[in-house]
Amino acid sequence: MTHSEFDSFRPPEPPRRRRPGGKRGTGRRDSGDGSREMSMVPEPEFTSYYGRPVVKPAPWGDEVAAYLFLGGVAAGSALLGLGGQLTRRPALCRNARLSALTAVSLGAAALVKDLGRPERFLNMLRTIKVTSPMSVGSWILSAFSVGAAVSAAAEIDRISRARLPLGPLRTLLQAAEGPAGFEAAFFAGPLAAYTAVLLGDTATPTWNAAHEELPFVFVSSAALASAGLAMITTPVHEAGPARKLAVLGVVGDVVAMRVMEHRMDPVAAEPLHQGKAGTMLKWSERLAAAGGLGTLQGGGNRAMAAASGLALLAASALTRFGVMEAGLSSARDPRYTIEPQKNRLAARRAAGITGDSITTAR
Amino acid sequence: MGQLSGPTDPTADAHWEHQQPRKGFFTDTSICIGCKACEVACKEWNHNPSDGNLELLGSSYDNTGALGANTWRHVAFIEQGQERITEARESGRALVNLGMPGIGPPGAAAPTGPDLAEVDTTPPDTADFRWLMSSDVCKHCTHAGCLDVCPTGALFRTEFGTVVVQDDVCNGCGTCVAGCPFGVIERRSDGTAVVAAQREDQHAEHPAVPNVGVAQKCTLCYDRLVADEAPACAKACPTTSIKFGNHDDMVETARERVAGLHAQGLTEARLYGANELDGVGGTGSVFLLLDEPEVYGLPPDPRVPTADLPQMYRRAGMAVAGMVAAAAVAFLGGRA
Ligand code: SF4
Ligand code: SF4
Ligand code: SF4
Repeated sequence: MTHSEFDSFRPPEPPRRRRPGGKRGTGRRDSGDGSREMSMVPEPEFTSYYGRPVVKPAPWGDEVAAYLFLGGVAAGSALLGLGGQLTRRPALCRNARLSALTAVSLGAAALVKDLGRPERFLNMLRTIKVTSPMSVGSWILSAFSVGAAVSAAAEIDRISRARLPLGPLRTLLQAAEGPAGFEAAFFAGPLAAYTAVLLGDTATPTWNAAHEELPFVFVSSAALASAGLAMITTPVHEAGPARKLAVLGVVGDVVAMRVMEHRMDPVAAEPLHQGKAGTMLKWSERLAAAGGLGTLQGGGNRAMAAASGLALLAASALTRFGVMEAGLSSARDPRYTIEPQKNRLAARRAAGITGDSITTAR
Repeated sequence: MGQLSGPTDPTADAHWEHQQPRKGFFTDTSICIGCKACEVACKEWNHNPSDGNLELLGSSYDNTGALGANTWRHVAFIEQGQERITEARESGRALVNLGMPGIGPPGAAAPTGPDLAEVDTTPPDTADFRWLMSSDVCKHCTHAGCLDVCPTGALFRTEFGTVVVQDDVCNGCGTCVAGCPFGVIERRSDGTAVVAAQREDQHAEHPAVPNVGVAQKCTLCYDRLVADEAPACAKACPTTSIKFGNHDDMVETARERVAGLHAQGLTEARLYGANELDGVGGTGSVFLLLDEPEVYGLPPDPRVPTADLPQMYRRAGMAVAGMVAAAAVAFLGGRA
């Protein structure tokens, strides 16, 4: 514990991290004499290495959040498309099929753009790995896209009055469009849900802690978004099922989100309520509720239906961007990694389970 | 698909026909002098570019910061006063008194160290100040989150039981970055190789940063292992703080060392990663620490996320069923 004259050449002490709640006593920190011996004296609740993160956030930008949203829209649209196909609602069927193809193409492009090496995107299909939700998801996405593309191509051909230069392939296309609609719808649910497993199967504290309920949040969000889009694109007399799906989606979304926040580790749930993520998720719930109410009250009115549909789409996008942001910020703050882990370790020890700690005395 | 959690032999799990004994490190931080020879040797051998802007981070003698795409060995520096040393000693003693079961058949798990609960081990010389120095590295986990979630198969398990990225296969999706419970692996971005201005000419001759956009981490010097050489970091370490060898021997050495330190009254010593019953099935790189893991920036109770994957798929399946049911209800519930 020396105080030498060279102490004055040391770089200034970095500001100490505070817990967001700001519960700490800070008395002894601000001695300001340049001695740094006390700098690592632990806070009773939580110590870290200079406040640096323990886990790394995924290097995923807005493109991936956009993909979560677009993939959901595509998935729900394929289900609406199949419903329209089976119940003879040609406008709903056509619009949903076109929406599915557009959304899935934009989503896939966003995904590829986010890769570190976009030119190697085909490596995603180099193997099938069940332990990797990203691998399983890439196959789901590919399979879904085939059905979505074929059924949408048939619609485009119809809209353009058979002007696509298809030749003899036209008969084939017309024969394939029905089965293709089924095929896309078969992969629709998995497409909407796998992204929740992708986020849950990480060491990112908030995502991992949410893994039980996140799939329910994501499929609900997909349902309400795709229904909202159909309410915008489709005349009200054919959009009845979309309105019902929208309401069911809103109920599912709000309930699943609440249950998720309730069942998660309370510390790991904090990022869902803070900062940018907190704001986005709050507005997501409000817009979903507004869109749902609008659908119930005025879904029969075209303008009202379109406005509600827009609110629902915005709600779904905010859910995805909010969940993405909450996870990334939970990875950036060591507290969200360390505190839940310490708590669960202590709980296991209190319950008499002492054999499974990574830290051992021998 | 191999086992997702619990004790196992990772090399056998990966179906290697000609297995080598599992290789690993024992990093004994109690004799580390913080010279960073390992950091330098690793950078040299693996041609890793520099990190950041040569700025001072204000964290003792650590201006590297953390493990990352370009830093595969990272020496942590922690300055502690007497109060914290006493606490570390207490938390270590509590760990000893927990009676952590040893590994091996339950009956044969004889305690290796003296029973410290009864001995008066009050150390005569609790220093009023200490530096902790610890050379961190990829853990080469038995159940590696990074490897499990990699969709391209770029990450693979070698015949030595280690975890390595194939640079030419990885497409930089970044899933592994989020999958690692230790925050080790990272996607290399370009533009990080900032060089000091006066040495510009010299550096201009060097090749551009290799492997931009792909995930990078310690390979346990795979290229050296296949040539029967020790990893560069272990070879460069002047104090033998980094020991390299067969994993089993490393764990045994670690156990002997921690028992020895305990016998000297240094109850703050503890092992990290030597327990195959932990959340990652034990690590290939075992550490001897002198305080709680989080002090060194290590997670206190890491768990490989894939351990819960079957449950996640089940829940997702239920959600899919719910979504399809909702769509069916929407269409079948009569014309609205
Ligand atoms: S420490 Fe991280 S990067 Fe290293 S093997 Fe384990 S999961 Fe992979
Ligand atoms: S970034 Fe590369 S190594 Fe990591 S998961 Fe993706 S493909 Fe695999
Ligand atoms: S084993 Fe090789 S790659 Fe890994 S830290 Fe040591 S020198 Fe670097």
